[in-house]
Amino acid sequence: MQVTLRIQRFNPETDSKPYYREYTVEVEPTDRVLDALNYIKWYQDGTLTFRRSCAHGVCGSDAMRINGRNRLACKVLIKDLGPKITIEPLLGFRIIRDLVVDMEPFFAQYRGVMPYLINDEPPPVRERLQSPEERAIYDDTTKCILCACCTAACPIFWTTEWLGPAAIVNAHRFLFDSRDRAAEERLAILNQKFGVWRCRTIFNCTEACPRGIQVTNAIEQVKRRILFEQS
Amino acid sequence: MAAVRPHIGRERPSGGFELYSWYFFRVSGLLLIFLAIGHVVIMHVINTVDEIDWQFVADRWNSPFWRAYDWLMLFLALLHGLNGARLAVDDYIRPQGWRVLAHSILWTLAIVFLIIGSIAVLTFDPSRFETLAQAGG
Repeated sequence: MQVTLRIQRFNPETDSKPYYREYTVEVEPTDRVLDALNYIKWYQDGTLTFRRSCAHGVCGSDAMRINGRNRLACKVLIKDLGPKITIEPLLGFRIIRDLVVDMEPFFAQYRGVMPYLINDEPPPVRERLQSPEERAIYDDTTKCILCACCTAACPIFWTTEWLGPAAIVNAHRFLFDSRDRAAEERLAILNQKFGVWRCRTIFNCTEACPRGIQVTNAIEQVKRRILFEQS
Repeated sequence: MAAVRPHIGRERPSGGFELYSWYFFRVSGLLLIFLAIGHVVIMHVINTVDEIDWQFVADRWNSPFWRAYDWLMLFLALLHGLNGARLAVDDYIRPQGWRVLAHSILWTLAIVFLIIGSIAVLTFDPSRFETLAQAGG
């Protein structure tokens, strides 16, 4: 089948502002958007720039706005989109070129929540044991691949520098881990003015997450934890 | 295209204000649902706007319960709205000066309305009006 891809282009060296270009490609209905993008880059226009690495929905590199929704180009099939597809870079970030955005503010927020296990206790003889029930509490938030679909879908992130959903999801992953000992420090970070309190439960993040993480639920769990531990 | 953001450092803790502001949102929102539904039922379902007059309000406000009810609704709705507007200001107004100005206007308006509303609810005395009406008529 033939599809038309309307892609937002921008080269800061030659363009004063982003513009759209249309490409028509022959694809199978079961092809993914990434296949169509690759076809354009390899056979029609080598200047088209986008990120992709694993191409199997695990690395999180090819997050972009597809028909107005943040999705991974490698997980969306052409047949689910129809013959006209609009592709734009993620909102809320500086565009480096075409579909590639500057993710540094996103990763700065991610690093800010200390996304690693903290435990100063002497290591036990064998592993730090955890029951399946304890593991289940934060299972959902272990699924994050840092693609930024959620954070770039958050209207508050478009206007304000705040943690954003992805950083909170990753904070949740360690905050609710029974082996972690830095809860107090983590809660202090999350309880800042531009911590979890910027969230208005708009649910864009939950809707955008390609991994199906209940992002808003995780954020609310953090808020309740702060409420119960600080009051 | 999004503006370039400066490097994000550790900010000072909110000291619990944002926490309690969020909690207030939840509690006031929940209470307002019941208060507002009750208000609508009394004012627009059981009674209609045609029947509601000065006498109706005077009779209703004879009871401290309804005065408390109306004042609580005023207090919660004003502060709930103020809180929401405060967050919107924080989100959208970036320059420090404009932000302070917007916050000042917001808080001033909320306090003024709260005072005017409280005076109306607390000091309303039907008998005084009746005396005045008799004296005048």
